[in-house]
Amino acid sequence: MNSREITTQISKAADFLNLKKWDYGASFSNDYSVQVDKGEAKQLKASQKQILTLRVWNQFNLVGITTTSDISESGIKKALKQANIASDFGNKNESTEFSPLAKDPIKVKEVKKRNPVGIKKLLTLLREAEVKLIESHESIKSVPYNGLSESFFERVYANSEGAFRSYSKSQAALYLYARAEEKNKKPRSSGSVKLGYGADDIDIESCIKEASNKTISHLNYSSIKTDKYLICFSPESFLTIINAFSSMFNARSIIDGVSLSNKNSIGEKLSTEALNIYDDGLHEKNISSTPFDGEGTPTKRLCLINRGRIENFIHSESTARIFKTTPTGHAGLGSKVSVSPDWIVVEKSEENIDLKTALDHSTYEGEFVYIEELNAIHAGVRASQGSFSLPFDGWLYKNGKKISIESATVAGDFKYLLKNIVNIESSQEVTTSGISPHIWVDELSITGDA
Amino acid sequence: MLSSQIKSNEIVFGSCNKDLLEEIIFYGIGLGADFIEIFIENTDNSSVLAEEDFITSVSPSFGRGAGIRIFKGKKDGFVSTNDLTKHGLMRSVSQAIEMLDITDNKREVFNGLNKHRDYSLSKKKWINEVPSIHEISEKLLVSTKSLKKNNKIITRKGSYSRNLQEVIIASSDGTYVSDIRLHQTVGLNVIASDAQYRSSGSRRFGSSGMPNEFRLWDHEKAASDVFESSMNMLYADYVDAGQMPVVLANKFGGVIFHEACGHLLETTQIERGTTPFENKLNEKIAHESVTAIDEGISEGSFGSLSVDDEGMEPEKSVLIKDGILKKFISDRAGELRTGHKRTGSGRRQNYSFAAASRMRNTYIAKGEHSKEDLINSISEGLYCKSMGGGSVGATGQFNFAVEEGYLIKNGKLTSPVKGATLIGEAKEVMPKISMCGNDLELAPGFCGSISGSVNVTVGQPHIKVDSITVGGR
Repeated sequence: MNSREITTQISKAADFLNLKKWDYGASFSNDYSVQVDKGEAKQLKASQKQILTLRVWNQFNLVGITTTSDISESGIKKALKQANIASDFGNKNESTEFSPLAKDPIKVKEVKKRNPVGIKKLLTLLREAEVKLIESHESIKSVPYNGLSESFFERVYANSEGAFRSYSKSQAALYLYARAEEKNKKPRSSGSVKLGYGADDIDIESCIKEASNKTISHLNYSSIKTDKYLICFSPESFLTIINAFSSMFNARSIIDGVSLSNKNSIGEKLSTEALNIYDDGLHEKNISSTPFDGEGTPTKRLCLINRGRIENFIHSESTARIFKTTPTGHAGLGSKVSVSPDWIVVEKSEENIDLKTALDHSTYEGEFVYIEELNAIHAGVRASQGSFSLPFDGWLYKNGKKISIESATVAGDFKYLLKNIVNIESSQEVTTSGISPHIWVDELSITGDA
Repeated sequence: MLSSQIKSNEIVFGSCNKDLLEEIIFYGIGLGADFIEIFIENTDNSSVLAEEDFITSVSPSFGRGAGIRIFKGKKDGFVSTNDLTKHGLMRSVSQAIEMLDITDNKREVFNGLNKHRDYSLSKKKWINEVPSIHEISEKLLVSTKSLKKNNKIITRKGSYSRNLQEVIIASSDGTYVSDIRLHQTVGLNVIASDAQYRSSGSRRFGSSGMPNEFRLWDHEKAASDVFESSMNMLYADYVDAGQMPVVLANKFGGVIFHEACGHLLETTQIERGTTPFENKLNEKIAHESVTAIDEGISEGSFGSLSVDDEGMEPEKSVLIKDGILKKFISDRAGELRTGHKRTGSGRRQNYSFAAASRMRNTYIAKGEHSKEDLINSISEGLYCKSMGGGSVGATGQFNFAVEEGYLIKNGKLTSPVKGATLIGEAKEVMPKISMCGNDLELAPGFCGSISGSVNVTVGQPHIKVDSITVGGR
């Protein structure tokens, strides 16, 4: 069945069960991936997946939901029945409705449709990449974590009031994580990830070069003394920390009492006036963009922090109604509708007189710690308390030299971090999770072994 | 008539599928596969969430699918699909064969499937014995109500999930088994707040193959435990960073051994060349006080199974005996590629993953000391009563958050501290586990790795690590 036929099938089955109000989200995908080990194919993988999430409203306007991979006529009927049973336990304290924007026009990026290149070509490309990466430096002995994949999928949202949205796209991903070993030293590892609309769009050479350079740059390492340091966050690491504390801008988290913000936090000053942060799922550089969310609301650019102050929260239909605003296109379909950001864009505003512009990671000669990548986010972030303690990969810059830091963590409070931003560099870099310039923060605690 | 038609053209759970499975395996072997394995799954899951005094989410889900894995030499092709018809399964076999680019004329012999081994016979009634959504909801609401012990508790949550998985596994070595797995978990968590102070507390409980377990769960004890933990930590100071001796509590304290050492003993790590223990079999890798076990047989434990996802019964594997490395955790691919015999540890989240060598119930065996012996032996250090999550980097460095910690001074527990993380490397920390307590207990958890998220148990008695880096402020 295609998505139109599924909608018709659900409509018929709902009529039969006397269910007047329903909606659904579905995704259909074909994925292909390869992994290699020293020139040999390791695992070759293909999958066809279909997932349907159905919601129904009962006579008391309570919502029930079911998810199924069985999109046959009988599977759809079973899912509707299960959702109807679940609706008896629907949340009486907070109602859910269709998004008022579920029929608004959506912006779809013009992207040329890619065709699968096939497993054999994926394998050839990855084998070549592995060889080149190993040959790039004598200390690189293997590429233990590697993969090249391509996915082709369709997302659908429809409801009983006639809303229908469908969106097809393709995406490919390459990751290469090298392992370098030198005599009497600990093994060091680093890597790179690149995305594209198709395998032919991925810049494989730059992925190899980046993985190689990053790995080699950590060969000479040393412990760091536990102390407070001036920190320069790479664009990737700053976006990691913003995403980890995105509950601060999340209306669902605010209602649930797990956010550092509250309903009255709009306008609260968090940082230097030089800081602007947007959520921009439709950004031209966002390869993973989708034009609508789980409730069918169009995706859009939204300012979260304007000149250092909270400007907006991200919403689903129900949180927007509670906050007396409109949905923002950040909902995930579920029994309890989730809310999450799409793609963060960090910018320097025009109000930047309080910045220490001499702090530039490529020219500054004073002592500082450069954080390249933050790790173990799920373990080291307490978003509801605002604290973090995270291991990182990075370097200590001192006396004009840089040396890789062995096994250290950076710890602090998120609000303290934002308040202590001392510079926002001018040029932005595109990463897989958003866009940001390098960000400088003063006086963060680092624990090391020295 | 209808019944036989269905049998020959589509997988039907609860029926004999032998003819159809043999036909598909013959087809794959005929096309040049050295080995072919078919894993078929039918799931029926439910989850319930209670927040404050309301049920805010009830989520049933069900699904079915197949994963087909074909080996040619040491490489393998894996295809997953939701299409369980004969046509769909054969198409998947063809796709896997094509991916492997098989060109030689060598053909293996397939002698048909063995007699069906049905591990599900006594388990078919489970679905009728598990608590209803209504019963679950009532108990969760009572639980969240009992968390409301003072006005500093600002968020109360109770969650339950039940996963019922029916599997059929058939392969060209004759393996033909079926099983039903039941996993239930229940968790409580709170956030406490007072002025600028905030803390949280959480506990999770879980079982496998015990339909009645949720009814027996002592929610009052669990609620008191979570409440006390959050209150103890509410006004705690941040810990000072540094090197110090630590005592790790039993139960979930075992997560460090699981993450930092257990994963390095899986054959997938040998295949990648990422374990420092690859050539250390029968060598000392830990303090002589350490004996570590991985097994899938403890009745009711969250990581227990009757048969693994490759059709092998799980064994009890002594990984480390008195500090000496004795065994690796291995699956079929691990045996093929590294030579380490299978241990009944081939596991996967669902049909869309190929099985890999994964831990089951993994724990450090009990020693002879009391908890007090361990604490009394430290003049200045840290007691980690409750651990949060953690991770291990590509070169073996680990990092774990301490959810509830107390300073040790002159052999006594003193003030609570927050913000601590434990940092180290298994190779360096294992020899520093110098004392093991006599109070081994297990705790359930979910482990995410190459073959998805699987149910596991971690565990240990109280243990003392002579020196470890503690991250703080």
